[in-house]
Amino acid sequence: MIASSLRGRRIGVTGATGFVGTALVERLLRSVPDCEVVVLVRPGRRTSAVERVRREIVKNNAFDRLRREWGTDFDSRIENRLRVVAGDVGTDGLGLSPDDRALFASCDTVIHSAASVAFDSPLDSAVEINLLGPTRIAQVLNEVGPSADGTLPHLVAVSTCYVAGNRRGNAPEELVSQGPFDIGLSWKAEVASARRLRGDTEAASRTPERLADFRAQARRELGAAGAPALAEKTEQCREKWVKDQLVAAGRSRAASVGWPDAYAFTKALGEQALHESKGSVPVSIVRPSIIESAVAEPAPGWIRGFRMAEPVIISYARGLLKEFPGVPEGTIDVIPVDIVVAAIIAVAALGPERAPAITQVASGSTNPLKYRTLVDNVRDWFTDHPIYDSHGQPIVVPDWNFPGRGRVQKQLTRAQTLVERAERTLQALPLRGTQAAWSARLEDRRGDIERALEYVELYGLYTECEAIYQVDNLLAIDALLDADDRRDFCLDPLVVDWPEYISTIHLPSIVQHARVKTTPGRTIVDRHDRLRKQVLDPSRHVAAFDLENTLIASNVVESYSWLATRRLNTPERVRYVLRTLREAPGLLSMDRKDRADFLRYFYRRYEDAPVEQIDADATELLAQLIMTKSFPAGLRRVREHRALGHRTVLITGALSFAVEGLRPLFDEIVAADMTVRADGTYSGELAKVPPTGETRAQVLADYCRAEGFRLEECVAYADSTSDLPLLEAVGFPVAVNPETRLAAIARKRGWLVENWDKAQGAPKRLLPIGPLVSEREQKRFSTRPGRIGTGR
Amino acid sequence: MPRPGFVLEVDRSTPPILFWRGENFSLEKLPAGRSRVIYPPEPIAAIADIDGAIRNALLNPIDQDPLPALLFPGMKLTIAFDDVSLPLPKMQRPDVRQRVIEAVLDLAAEAGVDDVHIISALALHRRMTEAELRHAVGDRVYDAFAPRGLLYQHDAEDPDNLAFLGTTPHGEEVEINKRAAESDLLVYVNINLVAMDGGWKSTATGLSSYRSLRHHHNPETMTHSRSFMDQHRSELHKSNWRMGKVLLDSGVKVFQIETTLNTDTFPAPFGFLSKREWEWSPRDRMTYLATTKALNRTPARMARNIFHSIEAPHQMTSIQAGEVEAVHRITTEHVYRQQLVEVKGQTDILTMGIPYISPYNVHSILNPILVQVMAMGYYFNMYRGMPLVREGGVIIMTHPCRPEFNPVHHPSYIDFFEQVLADTTDPHVMSQKWERQYAEDEWYKHLYRTGYAYHGVHPFYMWYWGTHGMKHCSRVIVVGGDPKTVRRLGFVPASTMDDALEIASDVVGRTPTITHIHTPPLMVADVS
Repeated sequence: MIASSLRGRRIGVTGATGFVGTALVERLLRSVPDCEVVVLVRPGRRTSAVERVRREIVKNNAFDRLRREWGTDFDSRIENRLRVVAGDVGTDGLGLSPDDRALFASCDTVIHSAASVAFDSPLDSAVEINLLGPTRIAQVLNEVGPSADGTLPHLVAVSTCYVAGNRRGNAPEELVSQGPFDIGLSWKAEVASARRLRGDTEAASRTPERLADFRAQARRELGAAGAPALAEKTEQCREKWVKDQLVAAGRSRAASVGWPDAYAFTKALGEQALHESKGSVPVSIVRPSIIESAVAEPAPGWIRGFRMAEPVIISYARGLLKEFPGVPEGTIDVIPVDIVVAAIIAVAALGPERAPAITQVASGSTNPLKYRTLVDNVRDWFTDHPIYDSHGQPIVVPDWNFPGRGRVQKQLTRAQTLVERAERTLQALPLRGTQAAWSARLEDRRGDIERALEYVELYGLYTECEAIYQVDNLLAIDALLDADDRRDFCLDPLVVDWPEYISTIHLPSIVQHARVKTTPGRTIVDRHDRLRKQVLDPSRHVAAFDLENTLIASNVVESYSWLATRRLNTPERVRYVLRTLREAPGLLSMDRKDRADFLRYFYRRYEDAPVEQIDADATELLAQLIMTKSFPAGLRRVREHRALGHRTVLITGALSFAVEGLRPLFDEIVAADMTVRADGTYSGELAKVPPTGETRAQVLADYCRAEGFRLEECVAYADSTSDLPLLEAVGFPVAVNPETRLAAIARKRGWLVENWDKAQGAPKRLLPIGPLVSEREQKRFSTRPGRIGTGR
Repeated sequence: MPRPGFVLEVDRSTPPILFWRGENFSLEKLPAGRSRVIYPPEPIAAIADIDGAIRNALLNPIDQDPLPALLFPGMKLTIAFDDVSLPLPKMQRPDVRQRVIEAVLDLAAEAGVDDVHIISALALHRRMTEAELRHAVGDRVYDAFAPRGLLYQHDAEDPDNLAFLGTTPHGEEVEINKRAAESDLLVYVNINLVAMDGGWKSTATGLSSYRSLRHHHNPETMTHSRSFMDQHRSELHKSNWRMGKVLLDSGVKVFQIETTLNTDTFPAPFGFLSKREWEWSPRDRMTYLATTKALNRTPARMARNIFHSIEAPHQMTSIQAGEVEAVHRITTEHVYRQQLVEVKGQTDILTMGIPYISPYNVHSILNPILVQVMAMGYYFNMYRGMPLVREGGVIIMTHPCRPEFNPVHHPSYIDFFEQVLADTTDPHVMSQKWERQYAEDEWYKHLYRTGYAYHGVHPFYMWYWGTHGMKHCSRVIVVGGDPKTVRRLGFVPASTMDDALEIASDVVGRTPTITHIHTPPLMVADVS
């Protein structure tokens, strides 16, 4: 009946790139011979609608079965039967070109499954898509008007059972606005206020106080990363704040009028809006409950994207969610996607006259899945098939006690506060390398807790929901089906055997989807090796290195002290050390504020230093200071790059004569250059801006341009967030002994992290002062003028 | 009258035996009835009038004209001397080299020679620091020559200052320091601490370059040197002697001065280290206890500084000068006179305690590769006749074997440890696969020439040194060593001597014979 009544029809589908949409398009193409499918797809930022259809729909594994069945004809048959129009249900008129508009309106049936299904979407975007989407489609169909035979297309709108709102007991298949619990909301007023809220929030985010906050936040996260990087981060913080505000607004507005979240709320109002503004377009509404992986079509376990239950289940399996609220005897209304698709197609096949106005597709009333059954099956399954942590150890899943939501939230909130506090403490400490990784791990932990909290807040409501969705209309449709229909378009929720579905279909599928570790053994090492291999690939062009704490555990103050004290006698040394210790706090805070300013100020000390003497001492500096403080693995890495034919570049704020000893390692050294006076002494002034912060990225970019290299093929090694512009500029950033903030960033972005250390056994000096030269030597030098370090 | 060397059969009344463990030591009980301990001969008497003996040697050389007869105004005179790797530990001032060089310079001054260069013959070793040079040649010589650039160190990577002199019939290239080669007379001042030193090895190795050294510093030569301490059965020496012939043929005139020292290794407070355990006085016992207890609580870094500041009271026992080969024959006899101990038969297990020092870590760290060279290169090779341990036997050594390196002195060792040893411990494989890369590395060359670093190829030589030993023994066990490091070396870690014997038992059975070489002081076992 179904296949024959849809034969030769043109069927429009919105939301085809979504979970239901993809399954729908596939099933129409496979099980309804000769029908033509017109998909309305929003062009991506860089990809056309046609390209999106190819990549996101046809290439999806839902089409594997069709590809097998059609063989070599696949491409041509898809070409013939699948047409694409570019449009957007979020804009009035759907953003269609005149031709597309005509094509779309010429459909016999339009199935609207586009929605913003994220439970945490900002209120305004939920309103634009979920609330206004169906209305916009009806409007376009009305505007174009009836076809030659005088009929308007049949609009089948996909909604959700949860439009019924938070309630207990039976939820019948009727419009909420016509039910007993309607509180008389005006959807037009909601649209207007959501749009105004967007404007107000945008304005509020730009007040001077807020902007200062965002800036401070960016600085906290990045440190002294330079003006451009800070500006970008600040703007990101602002955008995130606006989004968070709108998400919170959506959630609280929904809760205030009796819906679990903005999704259900906007969907409910969307049904109402469609009802009021559909004009003469015949409309049928299909309301699925929580849609999960397919029981049989196109393949058992087929699922697309991470839905509602999956993150919760995976978080549980990873040991992250130790508790989840819910009533053990409550019903989780889950429905496999293929039953939903079959119901939609059946409604479309029945046509406007015979199809019910509203059809609910849910399992709760005929074949309920109890929360306890779900939890027990999930736990048993993960006990048999544990997930492994990054150390290759199996994760033991916890027992759930079904506590109340309030208690779980309180626990998680407490944990969150604790972790945040520890994190702040760690960030304030001057940690590096492995210790800094604790802080990064803590940040991960905080992310985990935040996510868990979010799940509990969002989904907790659903697990506590005790509404029973009536499926009388669905069963009535089922009664109309013949044997072929029942085989090809099974829509009876009774066919699902829950324990079997959970353990043999759903869980294996989502575990595979989640790409979690299902075998023992370490992964961190693998990942590390993989990244390292990329970095040391012969096709890279340039390897740029920072110096301090990346290749050597030393800084400009140390090399100055070494040079300055080398020719001083003991009392002079004592005076020098005392003076330097007194100045240290000031120097440190200046360095934190602006590296370039600090270097300029500090390098004044070299004023009057004789060039000849400094050059002679610089050779000893290499052996006695730089080599003792060097990271052998770092120097080895520089040479590995050279051996692979990469150019090596050292970019450092140190003075050029202090790094002269490292010359044989690098093709290019970009350092601070000090001007020399005519009398052969240093002036204490720099020739140009020292290469720090964003200047480094520029320096490397200039070098690459001059030498004909591409930045995407460059590797950069650095240790602090002040080098972030440099690290972000290249294709292969490596964080070496990262300080806390950089460690967190590197972890988040999946950068290679190297922890290099000084040679075990390297001489340790308490104070970075040069060793005493022999008395004779001292005499030789003390008679000369222009010694550094004694003056001022 | 000093007592000769002595082989002690361990019985139930034998006290525990002293084992060196880097910057510390321990007492180990060896199984009675099947163990023996080889004690070196006691230090023989030093020459009373050292300066007189020096002058006498210079004026009455062997198979050569007296030194004054070889000196003439306007000549180019070069004095080369052994570097910081000799003697061990460094000797109390004045150093023998200072005395000899001063005597040579006196004669040169008398003869009106004014073109004199003094060169430290360090081959591919690290450059000496100013303090070390001053210690070796004395302040007077240093201050007179160094500031004018006339006292300097051989640079094996300076192509402008190397002279290629030809090849031996075996195709070995001979390249040495240009100034030395082009001088009218090359006076070499040597300290012959072990039988391996001296002879043509002084000039053909000490003043040469990688181009020359690679012909005898390689796994093949090392496998066929049995042992280095026995020059007649040492391929290493044969190669050096062939090179010496090339030197002579190309007109290099060498006046070789060789000295030997007695084995008076440790100053009074550490006297118990050279004593036989059953002769320890209560005072020795106290000192031992106090020292080990204190060292256990001392950071390794500090303990190292303490030990490296030890200056040995050893003193000259002979000096001979003249023609290289004739001089060296006599020198070797003097070395054997001090160090040779007669030992009957081989053993299943050879035990040894590795001390804090080797020729390559003066004022530095005995890193894992140097631990290997001390055990498998030096101690294993301290034999004449046949190795102390039977073929397929086991070596057990005691040393903490920490993965510690001096980044200034041993930069290429660090990379060798992390890169080469992680790949292979087979000397033949690494010489094919890795040696060239390290030998020609610009960065190592730079550090060797301008800093105080051993040449990039040096760790390979250290590893080749042990080729014969590693092939000869079926297992090497390190007691008390850092397990990861020990495994990297291809050895087996054990926490106690008992564990080590247990581990050895599957190779040598339950009741193996054990021989411990009680050294330092140095000795050579004459195994028959």
